[in-house]
Amino acid sequence: MKKYQLGEFEEIVILTIAILQKEAYGASIKHEIETRLSRKVSMGAMHTALIRLERKGYVKSFSGESTEERMGRPRRYFSITGAGKKAIEASRDARIELWSAIPKIVMDLKVV
Amino acid sequence: MKQRPQPPSFAQRLFRWFCHPDLVDHIEGDLFQEYNQRIGKVGKRKADLAFTVDVIKLFRPGIIKPVEGYRHLNTYGMYKSYFKIGWRNLVRSKGYSLINIGGLAIGMMVAILNGLWVWDELSYNQSFDNYDRIAHVAEISNNDDGSRGIGTTMTYPLGTALMGDYRHEFDNITRSTSFRDRIVANGEVAFTATGLYVDPSAPAIFSLHMLAGTREGLSQPNSIMLSRSLAESLFGSEDPLNRVLRLNNKSDVMVTGVYTDFPQNSEFNTIRYLTTWDLYLAENKWIEQRALTDWRNHFIKIYVLIPEGKTFAEVADKIKPALQFDPLDEELARKKRERKLGLYPMSDWHLQPPWEPDGQVNPLVMVKLVGIIGGFVLALACINFINLSTARAERRAKEIGIRKTIGSVRSQLVSQFLAESFLVVSSAFILALGLTVLALPGFNLIASKSILMPWNNLWFWAAGASLVAITSLVAGFYPAIYLSSFNPVKALKGNLRMGRLASIPRKALVVFQFSISVMLIIGTVVVYKQIQFAKNRPVGYDRNGLIMMPKRTEAFNGKYQVLRNELKNTGVVFEVSESMGPMTDVFSGNGGWDWKDRDPSYDKSFGTLAVSHLHGKTVGWQFLQGRDFDIDNPTDSNGLVINEATLKIMGLKDPIGEEVSWTWWADKGRVMHYKIIGVIKDPVMESPYSPTKPVVFYVKGLNGTPSWMNIRINPNISASEALPKIEAAFKRVISAVPFDYKFADEEYAKKFGREERVGNLATVFAILAIFISCLGLLGLVSFMAETRTKEIGIRKVLGASTLRLWRMLSKDFVALVLIACLVAAPGAHYLMSEWLQRFEYRVTLSPWVFILTILSAVGIALLTVSYQAIKSATMNPVNSLKSE
Repeated sequence: MKKYQLGEFEEIVILTIAILQKEAYGASIKHEIETRLSRKVSMGAMHTALIRLERKGYVKSFSGESTEERMGRPRRYFSITGAGKKAIEASRDARIELWSAIPKIVMDLKVV
Repeated sequence: MKQRPQPPSFAQRLFRWFCHPDLVDHIEGDLFQEYNQRIGKVGKRKADLAFTVDVIKLFRPGIIKPVEGYRHLNTYGMYKSYFKIGWRNLVRSKGYSLINIGGLAIGMMVAILNGLWVWDELSYNQSFDNYDRIAHVAEISNNDDGSRGIGTTMTYPLGTALMGDYRHEFDNITRSTSFRDRIVANGEVAFTATGLYVDPSAPAIFSLHMLAGTREGLSQPNSIMLSRSLAESLFGSEDPLNRVLRLNNKSDVMVTGVYTDFPQNSEFNTIRYLTTWDLYLAENKWIEQRALTDWRNHFIKIYVLIPEGKTFAEVADKIKPALQFDPLDEELARKKRERKLGLYPMSDWHLQPPWEPDGQVNPLVMVKLVGIIGGFVLALACINFINLSTARAERRAKEIGIRKTIGSVRSQLVSQFLAESFLVVSSAFILALGLTVLALPGFNLIASKSILMPWNNLWFWAAGASLVAITSLVAGFYPAIYLSSFNPVKALKGNLRMGRLASIPRKALVVFQFSISVMLIIGTVVVYKQIQFAKNRPVGYDRNGLIMMPKRTEAFNGKYQVLRNELKNTGVVFEVSESMGPMTDVFSGNGGWDWKDRDPSYDKSFGTLAVSHLHGKTVGWQFLQGRDFDIDNPTDSNGLVINEATLKIMGLKDPIGEEVSWTWWADKGRVMHYKIIGVIKDPVMESPYSPTKPVVFYVKGLNGTPSWMNIRINPNISASEALPKIEAAFKRVISAVPFDYKFADEEYAKKFGREERVGNLATVFAILAIFISCLGLLGLVSFMAETRTKEIGIRKVLGASTLRLWRMLSKDFVALVLIACLVAAPGAHYLMSEWLQRFEYRVTLSPWVFILTILSAVGIALLTVSYQAIKSATMNPVNSLKSE
């Protein structure tokens, strides 16, 4: 599955973008990940991931409006492209494929 | 209003410093948003810290701005887009691009060829190292008609004076003979070659490039220097140095040097050897006997090298007193012409010759003319570009409107269109270079030049670059101004109506194009008519099958009768005679003639040519009265044959048997008495454009001996069959001399060489000019037809006939061409009458030349227009109405 390259954190970011739909911009994505997955996300890591995703063509971005809170700086909204959708689907299928291949007993043992 | 709390400024500045400018705004926004939310939760101090930590964590490869700069700080990208758009426009309309680039390429080819020609002319003689310091010593006289006469043939005592008392005025000086044809023989191997007899200083003055030996090689009397080509012909691969050659079967000379041949475009391009002045004196004893102090006999050339830093005028002033006159001439020289000594610089030799043969265009004028024609043909191609660009402006109106709306300033649009024209012109230039390479051999042939493409010459490329730049500007400037002037609102609404006035400049340019083309055509036709007129002139003798042979050496002496008998015995020779000079020239002229009832004021000279008996029979004189010199009639040795022109001057009613006397100018006591025995139709011996001069022929005269042999081949035998037999007979009698001959008809044809060259060049230019003009017309009419496709469709549906549609589409253009003809005809008439004034024997400009040219110009234009007009007129209206 070398066709779609998606790092672990990148996958989280792109999935979050998919969740947020039209409301996906830097701060909101960070906030969403932090609340849903209760993990700290650094601004640097997230923006690097966004830049990588955009360079790979999985997301596209456009400038949006600004608020007082942002001191007049515009939001940059992100949305998933077709390629991005295929990439997360491929990633999901790969995981399901692997999950389904795990013997039941292992699962049970682990659960216990 | 309460100021929001600010994150620490150093962190902000740090972030702004390292962040990629494309990212800075929205990441900063995110940072601020986080910060503001944190302030609410944890307070300003902790928020400040978190902000700083965030900023530091952002310091990572994807976000830091690249070191080499993220953005082009020049307008390169804009120019790239200009060329991209320009290229797309070219590709989208291939037909017009073809017309534009093709036409421009042809125009530029003509410009390049003409440029090369002009350059070749201007660089004539520049191969001499001392180009700007060499001059002929010349006698300069002011003629009665205000013109300046320059004589470069000097007297012997003048040379002596300049080389003696006046020597210090020059850096160097050499006397020289005029060009001499000599037989140069290495044992059996012999060639006729042209050369000079000069003083030992000549090789240095003319900066010979020595391949063997030194420039001092002419210090011994019997030495000779050979050009490389002659040395190779004579010795092959052997070393020519110190070998002995025989010159004209008379003098033995030793080779002391070999030099590189003079280049083709130099005065001495035919010179193959240089030998010594002492040898000249030794070969010509008469000089020491009679000419050393004779101030009348002009027969030598004097070349001088003036000192550096001095002007020709300064030096000329200093040497003026050196010129003396024979007491016989003194009065004449002072009163009539004021002959003065002067210097005639090398830079003038080619472009301002001392005298112009009848009808010949002054070389400097010719250079200008060729330059102007090249410029005009290029201008025609530029006009095509201008017309097509402005006519198709509507196509690009939307683009211009949008560009302006987005914020293009007019000057930016102008540079965009100039960039487009630069693109077109550059591709045309590359194409033109290719065409020039292909056309150069043909051009050299027509112009009788040997020009090479100067690929390695920086000046050539500089000139090419400026040609491209200037052409782009000329062709692109008006369209750029015109297109960029559109009002964006109107252009975008799509109701940009050009109006009737908009097409007026275009029409004017078409008229200009065709005027130039028609003028060129008329000029060409007139040149050809004039040549044809002169060619059709009755020649007065028979040129076909007539061989002329110069008697170059003394080996001929006393052999004439033997040779004549041998030749006649071959059976292929009809008759043989001797004459002074060839049939195609009058070598000598003298005054002192007297006859019955002579007008005492007549003091002009007659051409005086000595011939042998039966000369008339050999060359085919056409007798009006009387007869040829007859061998069997002893009194004929005092007979005189005159031409019609002489008869007219003498005004004798019944010339045969009239007595005529000739007093020798140098010795009043020597008078010859002749009886006229024949009058011949004027033989054209000199310029076919001048009236025949009076010439008299005699068997025994006071000057000169027959120096040429004429051989008339039996009319029933072809030249190729006769020549080997003639050569064999010749070799039997005179074995040491190469069999050198000339055909009279070929020599005669050479008289038209220059005019024919001009005519051929003019034809090529005229054809290219009309071709380029028609190309433009084709572009315009097909554009018109394209924009009117719907209209034509509707007209057809409503019942218009093909003929009517054709007339509708062609009418305007034909009218333009007609106007152009009306402009061109008077101009051409004026210019060509002026040109014809140069010829005394000239064709009259008949109105038919103009009528036929105009008809054919209109015809060609009509054909061009009709091609497209008929194509559109016969289109199926269903298709044309359905299109879109």
